[in-house]
Amino acid sequence: MSFWRNQLSGPTDPVADAAWEAPPPRKGFFTDTSICIGCKACEVACKEWNAIPEDGLSLLGTSYDNTGSLGASTWRHVAFIEQSGERIAQARESGRRLVDLGMPAVGLPDTAPAPALAGSNGHGAAGPGAMTDGDAVALASEAAAAGTVPDFRWLMSSDVCKHCTHAACLDVCPTGALFRTEFGTVVVQDDVCNGCGYCVAACPFGVIERRDGDATVKNSGIAQKCTLCYDRLGAGQTPACAQACPTTSIRFGDLDELREVAQQRVDTLHANGYTEARLYGADPTDGVGGTGSVFLLLDEPEVYGLPPDPKVTTADLPDMFRKAGIAGLTMLGMAAAAFLGRRR
Amino acid sequence: MTTNPLDADRPPELPRSGRRGGGGDVRRRRRDESIMVPDAEFQSYYGHQVVKPAPWKKEIPSYLFLGGVAAGSALIGAGGAAAGLSSLRRIGRVTAVGAAALGGAALAKDLGKPSRALNMMRTVKLTSPMSVGSWILTAFSGFAGTALAAEVGRSVLDRDSFLAKLLRVVEPPATVGSALFAPPLAAYTAVLLSDTASPTWHESYRELPFVFVSSANAAASGLALLAAPTAENGPARKLAAVSAAAEVVAFERMQRTLGPTLSAPLHEGRAGALLRVSKLLTVGGAVGAVLFGHKRTGAALSGLALLAGSACTRFGVFEAGIESAKDPRQTVEPQKQRLEGRRAAGASGGSITTSRSTDMPALQGGST
Ligand code: SF4
Ligand code: SF4
Repeated sequence: MSFWRNQLSGPTDPVADAAWEAPPPRKGFFTDTSICIGCKACEVACKEWNAIPEDGLSLLGTSYDNTGSLGASTWRHVAFIEQSGERIAQARESGRRLVDLGMPAVGLPDTAPAPALAGSNGHGAAGPGAMTDGDAVALASEAAAAGTVPDFRWLMSSDVCKHCTHAACLDVCPTGALFRTEFGTVVVQDDVCNGCGYCVAACPFGVIERRDGDATVKNSGIAQKCTLCYDRLGAGQTPACAQACPTTSIRFGDLDELREVAQQRVDTLHANGYTEARLYGADPTDGVGGTGSVFLLLDEPEVYGLPPDPKVTTADLPDMFRKAGIAGLTMLGMAAAAFLGRRR
Repeated sequence: MTTNPLDADRPPELPRSGRRGGGGDVRRRRRDESIMVPDAEFQSYYGHQVVKPAPWKKEIPSYLFLGGVAAGSALIGAGGAAAGLSSLRRIGRVTAVGAAALGGAALAKDLGKPSRALNMMRTVKLTSPMSVGSWILTAFSGFAGTALAAEVGRSVLDRDSFLAKLLRVVEPPATVGSALFAPPLAAYTAVLLSDTASPTWHESYRELPFVFVSSANAAASGLALLAAPTAENGPARKLAAVSAAAEVVAFERMQRTLGPTLSAPLHEGRAGALLRVSKLLTVGGAVGAVLFGHKRTGAALSGLALLAGSACTRFGVFEAGIESAKDPRQTVEPQKQRLEGRRAAGASGGSITTSRSTDMPALQGGST
């Protein structure tokens, strides 16, 4: 049972657990939403490279998001959230509290909040080319001194499969269609999956989905999701989305390094007064053992449609089987009792 | 959720606790001051679901029902064989195989690629209840099928023929085998549902197996009541009474453990209606079986009620899980409460959201 527990939850090296010999370093994404400009180049590049069929061309009325959500035919999804000043102040406050919770030893300043990231703050939502780092820091400090909070901001975030350390989709797949690659990513084998749909219900992030459509649709009836461009990785290339991203909001690389980069980035943002910045998926002790796709967010995860405290469902599996075993014995007992006490 | 004591149902006399006592939708809620995060407003991305519901259609709850009927019938068949009740033995064996075959067909039909149904047998995977279940169903079908062959052999074969002799030899082990694989067949379907991210299914994992095995026994006893002569239906009547009582108790406990938020899908909408009807039919069928089971009409009507009750239980639980996955509140609220509970208890690790590094120097502007 303890062997099971290590396999089912907690920090671990999934590539070693999958018995790869001499694997390359684990690969992943770092998606820094604070510099995303919402251009959707990642969505398009992903669709192009992976030859994903069209899945709806409607206007959804959800800001600039007409994609909706991740799914069988959407492997990168850019979320757009419009927020008022009140909500920005709340995000800043919740980020500050996160620091308090994690590091009770370090005090926090009383200073007024800096302008919001990723949004209009009176200086325009300029891309990285328009403003140097020095300018941005100066602006932030200035606004912090003046105590201003912008009255509006746009959050943009390119979501993707998390390539979980403990991937529920992979754990529950009955056919072995989902597997752990040598890069530590989670990939569906299109020629093995029989479309049972179990992975769809198991993913704690709502990522993987069974593709609808008749026989003319590629891979219809089969579970589909981001492969972290397994084909490109094998050829030493960068995944299409990271390659296409004009702002380096999506970074690809060795997961160890990306976690460090992400940590530095959140430190910098905090130093500049942006306490709303936080990381998502960088902690290997979390409910899914850390994710292969790390995100820097500027508000609570659920604002972006991400679960605030996901837990891989199979972490409870030993207990589930135990309960089922007792229930099975109960069933046997009920039937035996019905026949034994029969003469009366 | 049981991770946070604050999540428990509150007695109404607590002033202004702001917790609801039962079902219904809660738009906003006031929180206890002991909870550290005051952010009380529920946030979501345009109300979208966070997790995805299983893409399963009515075939899957049908299978839950049929698998239960098959398992319970195998036990009745084995019991009949052991107790020398030939009608129960015969009925049990026939329905065990019939229901398992129909159930298996339903499973294959629900696949995205039915032509690849046999890929289920490609591997044995203990972390996948569906893989484990496929093997359980296969083993069960093998034993139950052999037992049925022996049953048929009794009536159609010449007693001295080789085949008849062979069947007499394999009959006892086949009967025992089908009885041993029956409980796993009835119980694993609960694990199948619970081992998902659908909040109501997952959090009911402690009691759902008990609900499902009881429901399986009730359905099978219903079928036996319907088909067996009243002179031999005594064990079925008793089984009906015991399993209906067990199902009601397990279901109540399940709702209590789930708490108000996660049990809401069990009493709202179509799932709620199905489960209310299920309770009426199951209890009514069991009472009828005990009181009127010695009469033909009484036995038949009670049997029908028990069968229908079991089907409603399966469809109701199925539907409730799908609904809970579609509702972002079902996913987010219990997780936030779990998170807040951990934080209130002083745990700093274990959260997917982290902040700046601890060794970072304090910000400019001094400290509080
Ligand atoms: S995010 Fe979902 S689909 Fe992606 S690896 Fe994790 S469990 Fe699987
Ligand atoms: S749908 Fe395919 S990938 Fe998903 S669990 Fe079933 S067989 Fe595995």
